[in-house]
Amino acid sequence: MKPILRYTLAERMTHWIAGLTYVYQLLTGLAFYSPHLFWIAIVLGGAPTSRFWHPWIGLVFTLALFWMFRIWRTDMRITGPDRVWQKEISHYIRNEDEDLPSIGRFNIGQKYFYWAMLWCGALLLLSGVVLWFPEKIPWNLRGLRYAAILLHVSAALVSIGAFIIHVYMGTAMVRGGFTSIVRGEVTPAWAKMHHRLWYEKKVAELHSKS
Amino acid sequence: MSNGPLQIKAISGHAGPVPGRNTSRDYSVAKLIDVTTCIGCKACEVACLEWNGYPFRETVFDNTYQTMPDLAWNYYNLIRFNEHTAEDGTFSWLMRKDGCMHCADPGCLRACPADGAIVQYTNGIVDFQQDYCIGCQYCVTGCPFNIPRFNSETKKVHKCTLCSDRVGAGLEPACIKACPTGCLHFGSKDDMLELAEKRAKQLREHTSHANAGVYDPAGVGGTHVMYVLHDVTHPEMYGGLPSNPRIPWTVKLWKGPLQWLGALAMVGGVLGTVLHYLRFGPKQVQEEEPEKGERL
Repeated sequence: MKPILRYTLAERMTHWIAGLTYVYQLLTGLAFYSPHLFWIAIVLGGAPTSRFWHPWIGLVFTLALFWMFRIWRTDMRITGPDRVWQKEISHYIRNEDEDLPSIGRFNIGQKYFYWAMLWCGALLLLSGVVLWFPEKIPWNLRGLRYAAILLHVSAALVSIGAFIIHVYMGTAMVRGGFTSIVRGEVTPAWAKMHHRLWYEKKVAELHSKS
Repeated sequence: MSNGPLQIKAISGHAGPVPGRNTSRDYSVAKLIDVTTCIGCKACEVACLEWNGYPFRETVFDNTYQTMPDLAWNYYNLIRFNEHTAEDGTFSWLMRKDGCMHCADPGCLRACPADGAIVQYTNGIVDFQQDYCIGCQYCVTGCPFNIPRFNSETKKVHKCTLCSDRVGAGLEPACIKACPTGCLHFGSKDDMLELAEKRAKQLREHTSHANAGVYDPAGVGGTHVMYVLHDVTHPEMYGGLPSNPRIPWTVKLWKGPLQWLGALAMVGGVLGTVLHYLRFGPKQVQEEEPEKGERL
């Protein structure tokens, strides 16, 4: 059996635009977050340069997120089988995948990651606009600035937590996952093991076509 | 070894007392603004512009004396004119020289992420170093007095330097030198506090200003620019002087506990994934041998 297309070219491009812009935001953001990491901004072309680009790259990241919302939100809806699977998540963590119930195209962890990133992205955008032009906020609305500073750092920290787990699982833990988001394809065995309901749907689609 | 400032002790051919004589210039300096003797002449504004080399700006007229509407990146020092009607119907015209307060606990400095962009000298002066400023304007958010102003062209933030260049050479700030009524004073913080208390007491005892007092707010650790106010219980009537200025709690949280909490969470997250990998390793997929004759 031939490999199965898991991510279209457009999906992969969206993922990598979001991924690369997120890494830039993460590095420059960390530089502004802690004096011990300020050197990152200098390495990336100087701190004023980093301050200049951070909001613009953030906008590109937001656009990629918005596109992900358009293309994936139906796939990312949490379903009944997901909840059954979630109860058995300790098997997943222990790599006892044969004991897990069948699920669709994404597991509930991926879905949580997706929604966490979307919500964090929305909060980062809202607070980020305030931090972009603080001098435009009138003095009697200064509460907006105070809230934005806390919101921006909090949402960023939550997204970093999600990002660490995402990168670990996508590169080291789930073998085949990284190739799938680069070249778009997975082996039938991979699809069967991780996303059996999706695999069965794909097989059915193939049969009905032929 | 001493590197004491060049403070004038005597002046030849000078009528009257030597300006600044007998005031000690210790480590801690302060500017005292006695708003009760300010006449709103704006000489301090002009002196500030002259010393800092900024052009005089277009004035605006809106039927008040407020011909300069606000502080600006190249306008550090502004008299705010306020017409105030008290509860008993008495009217007063209040003038307050507005500018950086040089807080002992500066919110701008706490909020600033750029290495070296804001320095606080041991004498109390808080100074912006535009060479190191990255233009993020976190200082604008950290300041409880609404002072720092952004130059959108150079992307640098500016504010009153308390003439750190002049003070470093043993001179008083330019505004002090220009004040014709003597409502501006400069000296050590102790001396200025003493002078301020004396003046406030005088006002309380010899005028109708029973609430006269010194504005040296404790919420920011005291300031190196202080006011004598007719009514220290209502500083807001002097054009938005906060009654209890504090660094915003969100700024304190962000620059305090969230620093180590965030670092802990990030390092913990990375360590957690490493531990997981060491304990459980990767998820391998057993590739099935295609059954004979199977086709899809």
